[in-house]
Amino acid sequence: MGSTNSTLSKIPNVEELMQETGFTPAHIVRLYDRFEALDKEKTGHLRPQDFGAINRLAMNPIGDRIIGAFFSPGQETVDFHSFVRILAHFRPADKKRPKDPSMPEPVNSRTSKLKYPPLVFSLISVAFQLYDQDKDGKISRAELLQVLRSMLEMQVTEEQLESIADRTIQEADLDKDDAISFEEFRKSLEKVNIDHKMSIRFLR
Amino acid sequence: LAHLLPNRCQSFLERGLLLLVMLIFLEGTALTLGAASSPDISAQDNTGGHEHLDDHQGIAGSNDRTNYTYTKKAFPVLSLDYHHIQVPFEISLWVLLASLMKLGFHLIPRLSSIVPESCLLIVVGLLVGGLIKLAGEEVPPVLDSNLFFLCLLPPIILDAGYFLPIRPFMENIGTILMFAVVGTLWNAFFVGGLLYAVCQIEGTYLSQVELLPCLLFGSIISAVDPVAVLAVFEEIHINELLHILVFGESLLNDAVTVVLYHLFEEYSGAGEVTPMDVVLGVICFLIVSLGGIAVGAIYGILAAFTSRFTSHTRVIEPLFMFVYSYMAYLSAEMFHLSGIMALIACGAVMRPYVEANISHKSHTTVKYFLKMWSSVSETLIFIFLGVATVAGPHAWNWTFVSVTVILCLVSRVIGVVGLTFIINKFRIVKLTTKDQFIVAYGGLRGAIAFSLGYLLDKDLFPMRTMFLTAIITEIFFTVFVQGMTIKPLVDLLAVKKKQEAKRSINEEIHTQFLDHLLTGIEDICGHYGHHHWKDKLNRFNKKYIKKCLIAGERYKEPQLIAFYHKMEFKQAIELVESGGGVKLPSAVPSQVSMQNIQPKKLPPPVAERALPQFTKGREEEIRKILRSNLQKTRQRLRSYNRHTLVADPFEDGWNDFLLKKQRLIELEKKVRPMSNYLTVPGAIPDSPTMCRARLASDPNAFYNIKASSDGVPTIQVDLASPQSPDSVNMEGADRDEDQGLMMKPAGKGEKGEGGNKNPGLMRCLSDPGPSNEDEEDEPFLP
Repeated sequence: MGSTNSTLSKIPNVEELMQETGFTPAHIVRLYDRFEALDKEKTGHLRPQDFGAINRLAMNPIGDRIIGAFFSPGQETVDFHSFVRILAHFRPADKKRPKDPSMPEPVNSRTSKLKYPPLVFSLISVAFQLYDQDKDGKISRAELLQVLRSMLEMQVTEEQLESIADRTIQEADLDKDDAISFEEFRKSLEKVNIDHKMSIRFLR
Repeated sequence: LAHLLPNRCQSFLERGLLLLVMLIFLEGTALTLGAASSPDISAQDNTGGHEHLDDHQGIAGSNDRTNYTYTKKAFPVLSLDYHHIQVPFEISLWVLLASLMKLGFHLIPRLSSIVPESCLLIVVGLLVGGLIKLAGEEVPPVLDSNLFFLCLLPPIILDAGYFLPIRPFMENIGTILMFAVVGTLWNAFFVGGLLYAVCQIEGTYLSQVELLPCLLFGSIISAVDPVAVLAVFEEIHINELLHILVFGESLLNDAVTVVLYHLFEEYSGAGEVTPMDVVLGVICFLIVSLGGIAVGAIYGILAAFTSRFTSHTRVIEPLFMFVYSYMAYLSAEMFHLSGIMALIACGAVMRPYVEANISHKSHTTVKYFLKMWSSVSETLIFIFLGVATVAGPHAWNWTFVSVTVILCLVSRVIGVVGLTFIINKFRIVKLTTKDQFIVAYGGLRGAIAFSLGYLLDKDLFPMRTMFLTAIITEIFFTVFVQGMTIKPLVDLLAVKKKQEAKRSINEEIHTQFLDHLLTGIEDICGHYGHHHWKDKLNRFNKKYIKKCLIAGERYKEPQLIAFYHKMEFKQAIELVESGGGVKLPSAVPSQVSMQNIQPKKLPPPVAERALPQFTKGREEEIRKILRSNLQKTRQRLRSYNRHTLVADPFEDGWNDFLLKKQRLIELEKKVRPMSNYLTVPGAIPDSPTMCRARLASDPNAFYNIKASSDGVPTIQVDLASPQSPDSVNMEGADRDEDQGLMMKPAGKGEKGEGGNKNPGLMRCLSDPGPSNEDEEDEPFLP
């Protein structure tokens, strides 16, 4: 506990961070250690190259999108606070946590329908954002094609990709605007038990 | 059934008649079997067989052999020789009885919704046993342990293992293992120990029952039985999580049961168990379970590897799978490893690779055979349980039996609650009280317990009959009471039911996307979580294993594509079956996809909205040509050859179908019609039925047809071998000219990329059902 405390004291505004994200001190310390390990030049900020140095991430088909998610548009670096905030989206939603009205809504509220208000995200929102690169609030056919292309790694032909993209959009597109909005996205995933299948255990 | 018998009077009459027939049959069966069970029948084929053989030789042998004088009798025109065929006849009779019973139950809808099938079958068994006894004969010992473990159990387990939903199983593996191992141990010791304590009480006259036999009994009776669980849970359609928990537990506790059983059986003679034995027992457990899985996996890989080479002998493909699995089971049993786990491992390992290799028909065959065998087995098991109950011998002891039943219930509840408390600390999705209740209540005992009890040595265990009685009572209690009430309880407690979800392509894509996302995040956090390992396993699988075990180029095909094709295909079939018929469009995706067609609507609106229209004249031409050619070709079918399959032209033609589809996209881009009219010639509606009508069974047949100059094609009945490198695809590019319906003989079209583009499709096809096979239109060629 002693080392935890000392590490915690190094981080500015750590209580606020913990409250905001719901991480425990142990988590924060782990993340801080990781942050420092990634930040090879000890600048206190991470740049895209630092993320790129993670080998396994390079193999990930959507690796660069994920990296991009950490950096808000226009920003070149990410500091520890943002790092932690973004990672907080992947915590499993804890339904049993008492709703303390004075606390800001925990970062991981799944029922939130708002897309972009700061910190009120859910895993689905993050995923949607990763699809929607031009941030127009819809997944267009081209964006979908891009994702499919990167996931299927050149093993299929263009026509097949297009067929799949077409079918996907037709299935999900309820208002017939030839793109998938956030609502439609969320609806198409409602049968999938996201919380159960899709959370990173250690971030609880 | 309702739509089959529209007239209510008629339906009652017919049903009544059928039931009457069955009852008479039942009676007859009983008498036959009873008569047959007279002493010389001990269900041993060998002795019976040899006996009869000698008989035959005696009678039919030459005169010099016999010692007695051969007096000439009238030549026997008709004679009855029952003994000759007795054993197979009996077996067939039992199987027939079982199946007819199953049939009968479903004719009485109200009954089958109240009472689960397993109960009814046990009752039938009781009836049959009772009838046999009434007829004065001795009831045959049908639930012989050998028969059970070697013949009746494997099909059920293989069916379960092959169709095991891997993803939910693996996600909950920790919970399942906890229940299976720790739960069973707890049950065994609790029940065994307390029973011993009760036996020691003065008033029960049971003091001769010692500790070890009690523990042995406890271990026998504490195992949740997969057969019973399957039978009951199948009918209540509970949600996937609970189903997999109880079912997985019932499968995996086999290892524990085997070890405990052997341990206590061994040492019951010696009278005590030392700590050393306990340690050995633990090691034995690890060996039994891991060994069983290893054996199963080895055979699974062998089967997958074999299936890689079966492209020329499609007919025996299913056989390989069954035989390898059965050998896995037998090999495991040989070493006293867990046969059940071996079967499960074999089925689960073999499935993804074999499915990529075998033909569509073989896949259907495997599926149906597994279901058929497991269904028959299950039915037989329950009937035999009933018969065995009547057979006895029984030694009823009120105390013992009632204490057993109560203790089993109590220990199960305590075990589940206690374990859930611990498990919930590690689970993301906690198990609620309702879930716990269902898990506890669904712990049914069944025939495995009975067979294990039956196996006990009479001399070592004088109280064997009492044990058997108690086991049977417990089985009856769980199957009848718990089995019957679980359905209303599930409804009452509003437990989440299984969602009949058709997985959409959206779900598929997005879940994969999320998988990648989470793996990426885990990498960023530097955490080796279960996404990381799953990803690693997948990569390894893709890189090395698939290359070895999957034939041809198919191993490169991503899962998403296979899934997509499967969906399109299913929808096409639905369309055809719902009467979409000739009016289907060519599946040009960008304009017209399967999606646009609402199958239930009347053809005209569909045609107007979605079809690329042909002029009326053209349509008529098409129809005329088709009709005439179809009639001609029927006459030219060559002789039937047992070793070749009439290949489903549709299946093989799917390749071409899709190729045409793609070519049509290109063509469409080229031509760019003003309206929805596809003026591109040769774009004959590629409906599946049309495809079938047009494509040859074996593309190679194109070249074997000596020019019958009238251009009428013959049908070469040949193996379906879509993967053969000579796979020829119909050349579509030739049709660019305005040839309309002149279907030119196919040239050697694009091979390679074209042919292999949709390799996985045929493998993933769902079974279109027997009707499609029957109506196989003879394909014709231009």
